[in-house]
Amino acid sequence: MSDTLQLTSAGRLRHLLSIEGLSKPLLTEILDTAEQFADHRNSRGKKFPLLHGKTVVNLFFEASTRTRMTFELAAKRLSADVLNLQIAASSTSKGETLLDTLKTMEAMQVDMFVIRHEASGAAHFFAQHAAPEVAILNAGDGRHAHPTQALLDMFTIRRHRPDFSKLTVAIVGDILHSRVARSDIHALRILGAREIRVVGPRTLIPAGIEDMGVTVFNDLDSGLKGADVIMLLRLQKERMVGAFLPSTGEFHRDFGLTRARLAKLPPEVLVMHPGPINRGVEIEGDVAYSERSLILEQVEHGIAVRMAVMAMILGDTGATS
Amino acid sequence: MSATLIRNVRRLDPLAGTDSVGDLAFRNGVIVDPAQGAFDEVIDGIGHWLLPGIVDLCARTRDPGATQKGTMRSESNAAFASGITALCLPPDTRPVIDNTAVVIRVNRIAKAAGGAYVYMLGALTKGLEGEALAEISALKSAGCVGVTNGLTPVANALVARRALEYAASLGMTVHVVPLDAALANHGCAHEGAVATRLGLASIPVAAEAVAMRQWISLVEDTGARVHFGRLSSARGVELLAAAKARGLPITADVAAHQLFLTDAALEGFNALAHVIPPLRSADDRTALREAVGSGLIGAICSDHQPHELDAKTNPLPLTEPGISAVETLLPLGLRLVHDGLLSPLALAERLVHGPVQVLGLPGRGLAIGAAADLCLVDPAREWRLDAAGMKSVGRNTPFIGEAFRGRATRVWRG
Repeated sequence: MSDTLQLTSAGRLRHLLSIEGLSKPLLTEILDTAEQFADHRNSRGKKFPLLHGKTVVNLFFEASTRTRMTFELAAKRLSADVLNLQIAASSTSKGETLLDTLKTMEAMQVDMFVIRHEASGAAHFFAQHAAPEVAILNAGDGRHAHPTQALLDMFTIRRHRPDFSKLTVAIVGDILHSRVARSDIHALRILGAREIRVVGPRTLIPAGIEDMGVTVFNDLDSGLKGADVIMLLRLQKERMVGAFLPSTGEFHRDFGLTRARLAKLPPEVLVMHPGPINRGVEIEGDVAYSERSLILEQVEHGIAVRMAVMAMILGDTGATS
Repeated sequence: MSATLIRNVRRLDPLAGTDSVGDLAFRNGVIVDPAQGAFDEVIDGIGHWLLPGIVDLCARTRDPGATQKGTMRSESNAAFASGITALCLPPDTRPVIDNTAVVIRVNRIAKAAGGAYVYMLGALTKGLEGEALAEISALKSAGCVGVTNGLTPVANALVARRALEYAASLGMTVHVVPLDAALANHGCAHEGAVATRLGLASIPVAAEAVAMRQWISLVEDTGARVHFGRLSSARGVELLAAAKARGLPITADVAAHQLFLTDAALEGFNALAHVIPPLRSADDRTALREAVGSGLIGAICSDHQPHELDAKTNPLPLTEPGISAVETLLPLGLRLVHDGLLSPLALAERLVHGPVQVLGLPGRGLAIGAAADLCLVDPAREWRLDAAGMKSVGRNTPFIGEAFRGRATRVWRG
C-alpha cells in the first residue's frame, strides 16, 4: 500500500512514508544523490538553490531536537523557506482534528510537510488526505517507520562496506517499540544484506518479526558472533514500567555493548546508534565515541540524506548536480 | 389490515428444521393457510427464499447517547431493510442500561423508531464499571433478555463469580465478550506479522483464551449460563468445543466480518478494518468458519458499530474501533452458502434459531399461527455496497465497493 501511495505512476518519489515498497534502484539513487550533497558540502558552498521558493513545514507532534534540526538544516541548505511547528498532543484534542491541522497548513501554500507523530500510520494518513501538490516526508510515525534514519544508516554503512551482500547486521535492543529497527530491516533487505539479525529479550521482540526476513537472537553473544555491523537502539527508560525489563542495569548486563564485549569481536566490526545514546544502558560510554563507532558520522550524514530526499521529491531531479 | 400470499417460494424454517418449496400466506401479521381466503398482494416467490426475520445478537444503535453515529430510527430501519426484524442492543449506551428507567426510555425510543424490534441486554455491573452488581432482577422484569459487561472488564474473578451466581439464580444468561483487558493492553490489531510490520500495538490471542478459561472455570463452579460473543480465534473455538463437550451451558457467536477478513485487511493502515476483538490470522478465520459450519458456533451476528466520519478520520491507532455491519450481515451469510459452508437452512439456523435460543425467546418458524416476521431473499441478486446507498448513518465498513450476490428484497414484522 505504501508503495502505491508514496510513488508516482512513473515510480518516482512523491512522498516518503516508509522504506517498505522502495525498489533497490530507487533506494540506491537516494543514497547516490545524498553522496553528491555530502561531497559538495565539503568542497563548494553549503547552499543549493534547488528548493528556492518552496516552503517546508516541520510538523512535529512528538518532541524532537536533533531530527528536527537536521530536517531544518537540510531544507535550508536547499534554499527552502522553513517553518518549525512543535504541536503538543493536547492542542489537537481541543477540537481541532489532525486533518484540520493539515488542511489549515495546506491553505498556506506549503509544499512539503515533514511529519513526526506518535501514532503508527500518521504519515500515511496525512499522505492520503494531502492535496495533490503537497508532499509528505515521514520523520517518524509511532513504531512504524523512520525512513530517513534508515537511509542515513545505509548511507553510513555503504561508505565503509559498499557490498551489502557480504554483510551480517545485528540490530540490538528494543525492537518492539522501534521504528528505526523496522525501517533498517526493510532497507537492509532491499539492499540485499546477507543476514539481518534482531537481538533482545523476548519481551522486546515483536511477534512474527521473522516474516520481515530477520533471524531472532535472545542472547547477545551469539547474536553478535560473525556480525559485521552492530546497530544499537535507544532503550526508553519507561520500559521498566509494564514489565518489559527489570532494570536498565540488567539490560546493560545482558544486552549492553561494553568495551569487553567489543574487544572479543574482530576489529573491523562497525558500531552504530541512531542517538541519543543512553550511556551505560545500551552502550558503554567510551565505546560510543571510539574509533569503531560511526555514531557521529550518522548524525552528519543525516543532513545529506534528508537533502537528497527533499530534492528528489520537490525538485523531481534524478541527478542534482 | 393486509393479506399477502407468496407463491412457490423456498421456505426455510429453522424451528421445524424444514426446507421446502411451496406457498406461504399471512394476514394481519400472522401466518395463515395459503389455501384459504383472498389476498391483497400475491408475490411470485420463484427463485426466492423465505425465512423468519433475522435476530441480530449484537447491534449498537448509538441511541441514546451518541446520536452523531446513528439514531434508533436510522439503525433499526437499516437493520430492518436488511432482513433483521429484531436486534439485541448491548447496554453501553449513554446512559448505560443498568436500571429500569433507562430500559423504559430505550423501549420508548425504539417503539417510535419503527424498524427492527429492539431487545436489550442489561448491564451486569452498575455503570458497566465492573465493581458492583447492577439490579439484574429489576432489569429482567423490565424486559432485558440477558446481561453483559460488554467490552469493559469486570474488576476481578470474585465479582465475575458472584455476578454469574446472581444472574443464574434469576435464570439470566450472562453475555461475555472474552477479552482480557490487561493482555489486550489498548491494542488495535491482532498480534502477528502484520501488526509488527505496521508497528501497531497488538492484542494476542491469549487475551481471548485467558478470559474464556476464567469464565469457563467459573461456569464449572456455578453452572451459570454464559454466552461468548464475538469469538475471534482458533484457540477460542477449541476452548468452546472442549467446554461444550463437557456439557457446560455455554454458547457462542461470531461477528460476520470475522468469517471473511483477516489482519491483512489492515494493510495500508485501513482504519475501516480496526475492530475489537481484532481481525486475526487466516488460520483463525478457517477455524471460525469450520465452527460455524458444524454448528459449534450457533449464531452469527453483525456486531454493528456505526460511526460518524470523524471517528475513522485519523491515523489508525487513534480511530474508534467498529464496523457498520447490519447491512452486510445477511449478504455475508449468503456468501457462506455460496461458498458451500452452510446450506440455506443452516444459514437460517445461524441467523435466526441460534440467536433466539441464546436470548431464550420463543422459537421463530413459518408454521400457521406464527408471527409473520419474515424475510424474503433473492439469493441471486447481484449488487454492490456503495456508501451513498447505505441506510445506516455509519458508512464505516471495509466491505464498501464489494460485490455481493443475494440480499433481502422484502421484510415484514408480525
